[in-house]
Amino acid sequence: MTDTPTPTPQPSPIVDRHEALGAKIVEFAGWLMPIQYGGIIDEHRAVRSAAGLFDLSHMGELVIEGPDAGAALAAALITDPPALAVGRAQYSQICNEDGGIIDDLIVYRLGETRFMVVANASNARVVSDALAARIAGFQAVLDDRSLATGLVAIQGPKSAAMLQPLASVDLAAIKYYGIAEGVVAGLPAMIARTGYTGEDGYEVFVDVDQTGVLWDAMLAAGRPDGLVPVGLGARDTLRLEAGMPLYGNELGLDTTPYEASLGRVVKLGKPGPFTGRAALEKVNRDGVSRRLVGLALRERGIARHGYPVLVGGAPAGIVTSGTQSPTLGQAIAMAYVPTAAADPGTMVAVEIRGAPVAAEVVPLPFYKRPA
Amino acid sequence: MVPADLCYTSDHEWVRVEGDEVVIGITQFAADQLGDIVFVEMPAAGKALKAHATFGVVESVKAVSDLFAPIGGDVLSVNDALADNPELVNSDPYGAGWMLRLRPSDAAEISALLDAAAYEQVVAEG
Repeated sequence: MTDTPTPTPQPSPIVDRHEALGAKIVEFAGWLMPIQYGGIIDEHRAVRSAAGLFDLSHMGELVIEGPDAGAALAAALITDPPALAVGRAQYSQICNEDGGIIDDLIVYRLGETRFMVVANASNARVVSDALAARIAGFQAVLDDRSLATGLVAIQGPKSAAMLQPLASVDLAAIKYYGIAEGVVAGLPAMIARTGYTGEDGYEVFVDVDQTGVLWDAMLAAGRPDGLVPVGLGARDTLRLEAGMPLYGNELGLDTTPYEASLGRVVKLGKPGPFTGRAALEKVNRDGVSRRLVGLALRERGIARHGYPVLVGGAPAGIVTSGTQSPTLGQAIAMAYVPTAAADPGTMVAVEIRGAPVAAEVVPLPFYKRPA
Repeated sequence: MVPADLCYTSDHEWVRVEGDEVVIGITQFAADQLGDIVFVEMPAAGKALKAHATFGVVESVKAVSDLFAPIGGDVLSVNDALADNPELVNSDPYGAGWMLRLRPSDAAEISALLDAAAYEQVVAEG
């Protein structure tokens, strides 16, 4: 093996803000990002009870525009973006010809002929390249706006009340999985009602040079009512409680959407070919041998990524993510298990440091926000 | 500042000598680095530990870390309070967050530990 030089990580455009707030900064997906400020549990609880502020500048923003933009995305992704109304968004994935997941995405329809695809930081380049190749035959162009875009999210039950005084648009009029253009803190912005925490909240896209202005204004607006900055550590525990998959843990090239219990995302009924269609039709027809499930540990211990899952005492599956749930006060995990062991109520075990620890298959999500 | 009356290891564990027994825990620095501790796994009383061997595990929200025995000896008791209140390791690492009580097998291992000044140097050097 030869050593490949590690590229210099890209600092968040507001890494100075995070350092001033006392954050611990780590390298994540090629970026320098805050993993925590005070403590992960306090940050997690603030999002569930009030609101948290997240710097998501590392995410990839890809704008696809042109008369065929919708058709091009329908051919490139497993969902049907042309079916979106302008100002609405959908959860999507981009798969390879084998039906393996290259990344999971949010697709926003910004206009009749203009879409934005938001990709994970770790895959932004891969998705950008794959999309560029797949739309080549269409009247559509891709503009990778990842480095030109700043993204700050506010998540939690008090999000709307905290953000509204800064926003030119009526936030209540933006539906869940909707997006609107407007002005936030004096800055031209796109405001999306999406997130990755299981709470109501908004994601605000601005010019990257304005990220600090936006961050400062949002933090100042919400601070008196309990808004706290939240790092990647709590972002992970929040999404896990909400049963949301993470690329690299639950999703990857060796998993199909059907195995990930996300078969409903695949729009086999849409017209026309799309990359992965034949493979995904076969999986849908034949069924899957393993499925992603939630686990609640019934004995002491914490299941972690990579720990074996035992069914009937024998290794049969693998934990993809696990932690001690701050909200539920108990150890939770997501895992791939054989389909026969995937029904809620099934007792399995997680092997922790060589010893089996009882766990029960439970429905996802672990946490659902109060209506 | 770390308590002056304790001995330390470069693995960020502390040892308090009490007669012919010792009490063991992890330092404030270690607890702060780990973050919110949510699970502590301790050996059974009666277990014989060798110096530098893994004696347990401490888990934060994010990470799993092994605990290493600063010295060898027989485990006399463990801090059962940590089973339900692992956060004591964060809030009071030198007091209510203690982990093990040990009967040392070799007193010479104790004299080989770091004193407070030497341990502070370890922390300062990162």
